[in-house]
Amino acid sequence: MSHSDDLIRLSAAELAGRLGRGEVSSVEATQAHLDRIAAVDGAVHAFLHVNAEGALRAAAEVDRARAAGESLGELAGVPIAIKDVLVTEGMPSTSGSKILEGWIPPYDATPVRKVREAGLVPLGKTNMDEFAMGSSTEHSAYGPTHNPWDLDRIPGGSGGGSAASVAAFEAPLALGSDTGGSIRQPAHVTGTVGVKPTYGAVSRYGSIALASSLDQIGPVTRTVLDAALLQDVIAGHDPHDSTSIAEPWPSMAEAVRRADVQGLRIGVVKELDTDGFQTGVRQRFHESLELLERNGAEIVEVEAPNFEHAIAAYYLILPAEASSNLAKFDSVRFGLRVTPQGGGTVEQVMAASREAGFGPEVKRRIILGTYALSAGYYDAYYGSAQKVRTLVQRDFDQAFAKVDVLATPTAPTTAFKLGEKLDDPLAMYLNDIATIPANLAGVPGISLPAGLAPEDGLPVGIQFLAPARQDARLYNVGGALERLLEAEWGGPLLAKAPDLSTHELTATEEGAL
Amino acid sequence: MARVELMDYEQALELFEPVIGLEVHVELNTETKMFSPAPNPANEKYHGAAPNTLVSPVCLGLPGSLPVVNGEAVEKSISLGLALGCSIAESSRFARKNYFYPDLAKNYQISQYDEPIAFDGEVEVELADGRTFQVPIERAHMEEDAGKLTHVGGATGRIQGAEYSLVDYNRAGVPLVEIVTRPIFGAEGDAPELAKAYVSTIRDMAISLGISEARMERGNLRCDANVSLRPRGAEQLGTRTETKNVNSFRSIERAVRYEIQRQAAILAKGGAITQETRHWHEDTGTTSPGRPKSDADDYRYFPEPDLVPVVPSRERVAELRAALPEPPPARRRRLKAEWGFTDLEFQGVVNGGLLNEVAATIAAGASPAAARKWWTGELTRLANASETDAASLASPEHVAELAALVEAGTLTDRLARQVLEGVVAGEGSPQQIVDARGLAVVSDDGALIAAIDAALAAQPDVLAKIRDGKVQAAGAVIGAVMKAMQGKADAARVRELVLERAAAAE
Repeated sequence: MSHSDDLIRLSAAELAGRLGRGEVSSVEATQAHLDRIAAVDGAVHAFLHVNAEGALRAAAEVDRARAAGESLGELAGVPIAIKDVLVTEGMPSTSGSKILEGWIPPYDATPVRKVREAGLVPLGKTNMDEFAMGSSTEHSAYGPTHNPWDLDRIPGGSGGGSAASVAAFEAPLALGSDTGGSIRQPAHVTGTVGVKPTYGAVSRYGSIALASSLDQIGPVTRTVLDAALLQDVIAGHDPHDSTSIAEPWPSMAEAVRRADVQGLRIGVVKELDTDGFQTGVRQRFHESLELLERNGAEIVEVEAPNFEHAIAAYYLILPAEASSNLAKFDSVRFGLRVTPQGGGTVEQVMAASREAGFGPEVKRRIILGTYALSAGYYDAYYGSAQKVRTLVQRDFDQAFAKVDVLATPTAPTTAFKLGEKLDDPLAMYLNDIATIPANLAGVPGISLPAGLAPEDGLPVGIQFLAPARQDARLYNVGGALERLLEAEWGGPLLAKAPDLSTHELTATEEGAL
Repeated sequence: MARVELMDYEQALELFEPVIGLEVHVELNTETKMFSPAPNPANEKYHGAAPNTLVSPVCLGLPGSLPVVNGEAVEKSISLGLALGCSIAESSRFARKNYFYPDLAKNYQISQYDEPIAFDGEVEVELADGRTFQVPIERAHMEEDAGKLTHVGGATGRIQGAEYSLVDYNRAGVPLVEIVTRPIFGAEGDAPELAKAYVSTIRDMAISLGISEARMERGNLRCDANVSLRPRGAEQLGTRTETKNVNSFRSIERAVRYEIQRQAAILAKGGAITQETRHWHEDTGTTSPGRPKSDADDYRYFPEPDLVPVVPSRERVAELRAALPEPPPARRRRLKAEWGFTDLEFQGVVNGGLLNEVAATIAAGASPAAARKWWTGELTRLANASETDAASLASPEHVAELAALVEAGTLTDRLARQVLEGVVAGEGSPQQIVDARGLAVVSDDGALIAAIDAALAAQPDVLAKIRDGKVQAAGAVIGAVMKAMQGKADAARVRELVLERAAAAE
């Protein structure tokens, strides 16, 4: 294994250790990842924009600061990929949409500002379903991302780019956003770790809004400790986001390092442990629970009777908020402008720009949301959905009165083939059945690798959910389970992924670059 | 456009009862905007800034930006709500009002819908003749202003026919309080004047609270007037129109009157009123139809998910309530009683715009009668002569000093008027002018007697008449004495002494 191949396979924590000890420079580590991107991203298409020059400059600055003996953050010098939903000063930010093609924001999103201030090195922007609407990245206006485990399969969505970049060793860390599972479901299908923190834990300022009351920014990584280290960097109150939580947070990294499940009560949600889930997904889920039980955890079955209505409520609340959030894309101040032949009124220019700039899934949800908020329908749709939301929150409250954390499979199936569900929106929406309740209730969730499904050899994730503000419990149980599983496997799950750099890279999908 | 028919105003009132409703937007003069840290052009400090220089990602509606509520704007809104006699909500929420328009950066306005900050109030409004009306307030809510469009090319300066339009987002996000009345019944023929007086009262309130620059010509204060008519005896309200763009006190009165006459003419012919927005044209004194209301009725309001509810602490609301200035009508009632003025006397002070001056003069030691006399008398006469405000001519302290000199007998009224002229000319305080001009009354009887004896000696025929009992003849001697004393004598005292000396003379 070459030196640079070695560097890209380190976890962020390990790389940070080597950087701190002066064994490697940030410029070397950054260059190794840029080389990896150059080698494999043509096939994976995790990135929409790679900022090689900016990354090397930022890396050199960290190296200079370290040499000067300045005090640096724990992850200083470690490269990171940024989901294109986050605005970045000096880097294009499109949210996966044609309507923002070429737009370079004049400001940094707060999580981006925080990772820059902590000395992390942004490599570029990752692919996603347009405006984060989707579970496969097939709705990206710039072509789909391919799953590094099988390039003919989806990497999940909407944050498939961030998950694939981490799974393909193009970046040790990435930022994602999770509105109904967009961090956790891609983690599930790519054998990586994804965390949706408590709503309000991480500022949404500068995150191009999909559904304001559901969106949350979080870490995408290969290890639970790396996710914790990254959450420690990005969490905290932001005066620019009124919905961000004012109270300080305990260290998540500390929770991983002290991980211990002795006496931990884990609730299995009955409604999400059914034959609606793929056999191998359920099998690995239950094996993980048994492993935790053998190590001192107590497994209890709990009921969440209102979870079955969660998807219906979600697909009213999300489009309603999105229809309003996306109204600003009108060509007046930024983004694509299409003028009808022979000119037109401002109204006609707005309509033509939106017609040309938005993809079909975005239009579908804008129409749905506009309808749900209309006079005469509001109470029946948006109003009822909010009531269901309250009931889902009540289910969580009652469950957490009995147990410390909940466990579910992260998603019903392993990675499906590109194109398989593209024409069936309802089948696509069902991908998020296990992840959506957490967004409706604002509680945190983690997905980490539970193994490979025997029937197809593809990664399977397990999800844990905790009460709001108890994110540390996720890192505790996640850190413990990861240690136990890796001991059984003899190493990380991703060691079993195809080595993209030595295999012939193939992509049968038309969207690949 | 078809010719608009108007019915005679008196006739319209015989047939119909006018019902009005008023929406007033007050731009707050906070340091920064409603939801962004950009400077607020409705604050005097930033007025007149170049287009699109007072902006941030938030007021431009850039992707990813989020609103944050301005605490100063909330406090000023609460103060205004309290002054309007409203209850202040224990928890108040923002909502999105969705519609596409290029001056609205996000294509939704953050406003308040079902949970306004203030509700259920009442404002006492006084007409010119002193009668008062209680105007019921439905609500006062917080919202953000839109940007400003300038339509270039085309004849009218309006969007129709323009070649292109420019947008200035400086005004986008300026904090507004929208005050909405309930329907106002019973104003009858005074409805136009009441509308004007109501907006004027809101303006006084905003100024005394210090929450707005309150200049109508700058759009700090904007009024939309709703007018409907119902036939005499009918219970059901008529269809209303909403007249916008009414940007002076005078035009509010004219616009309401115009709509009453216009609607009456239509209804009397059996026609129907179209529910619509109408635009007021200051130059022609008419209104013209804007967009029909029903077109844009569905704003798809829903709670603003980017903001948490505003929950003002009860302690802070109590503090703001304690800090409120006295409402103008209550103050007027109190002062009238304290001063013991008749209705006519008090109205003279109020209509002359001299209430504050008279109050300050009394506070500086003058009697209410003297304060009123000088301000509504000589100072008003001088002001009229020079086409200026009486208040600008003299300070209450100087007027009080003048009144004290008269009270002490140092000045006669006639001398006091001369002193006042000196005060107005900027010669100094009344005492300084008395000293400088030597205008004090001569109260030394010796000097007077010498002058009287001389005058009597010079006019023996007059002396004879006086001694014959023709007392009125004394006038000629008094006049001569006053002339000799250069007016600095008390005429009554001179008269007494003249009669005394005439009787004594042999």
